[in-house]
Amino acid sequence: MPVEETQAEPVGSEIAAEDKPWQTIVWNDPVNLMSYVTYVFQKLFGYSREHATKLMLDVHHKGKAIVSSGSKDKVEVDVAKLHAAGLWATMEHTS
Amino acid sequence: MIPWERVGDTVMTKLDRREATVLRGLITQIDGMLRGRAGEAPQDELAELTGIRTGMTSAPEDPILARLLPDFHRLDNDDTDKSDEDSAAALRSLHEPELLDLKSGVAGVVLDTCPPDGGTVKLSLEQAEAWLSAVNDVRLALGTTLDVTEDMPDELPEDDPRSPHLGVYQWLTWMQEHLVLALAPDDTD
Repeated sequence: MPVEETQAEPVGSEIAAEDKPWQTIVWNDPVNLMSYVTYVFQKLFGYSREHATKLMLDVHHKGKAIVSSGSKDKVEVDVAKLHAAGLWATMEHTS
Repeated sequence: MIPWERVGDTVMTKLDRREATVLRGLITQIDGMLRGRAGEAPQDELAELTGIRTGMTSAPEDPILARLLPDFHRLDNDDTDKSDEDSAAALRSLHEPELLDLKSGVAGVVLDTCPPDGGTVKLSLEQAEAWLSAVNDVRLALGTTLDVTEDMPDELPEDDPRSPHLGVYQWLTWMQEHLVLALAPDDTD
């Protein structure tokens, strides 16, 4: 997927912080296949193909997507799973 | 090689001898790098007693390992501060040993199920998942070495030293694409 420069748009703004203080972000990279990324989102998070495809396209076109959110522990586990699948994922605090 | 075929809970393909040799060679090489990294982790008596292993706190300098073992936070943004760096170091130390085990584990499944002289590969769905991750790791490693970009041409000029290796990368891309097709849940949501 193409590398796009993404300038710091405040990722936290769209999700209320209180009960979901952390979010998992997947970044675009030129190697991971679109079909594989969609498959991983379905498999790891149980998302429908439609939702997984939308997130994959966000990664592809916007350079990144928030793929899950929640407590620090939950998001930490999500990032670890994405790393095992070979995706480039990080976590951020929403505040 | 023929495209993966799924029959019930079995996924199959055939590899010729050369394909099997190339795949096993790449998997072995990357697994060696991962095991080397695991061997660098600090050994301490407390970890042996508690069973809680601690990994390295800093990212690998090798670009392939750095891609396979990413940081938990973006550390290259302008607003990265010391607390992000400290947190990334702590999270890496906590999670990297397991990540290394998982990656070596899927590499081991490929080596166990890919016949060295080529032939039929017959996998359970769980083994096919392992192949998917392991082949992706090889593509990430090759993609890093070849400096793959989205607009990379299908063929490089003959005098480009990367030219012969790009073919291997593209073959693995094809293999992975077909494996996803064989495994993907065909829901209609």
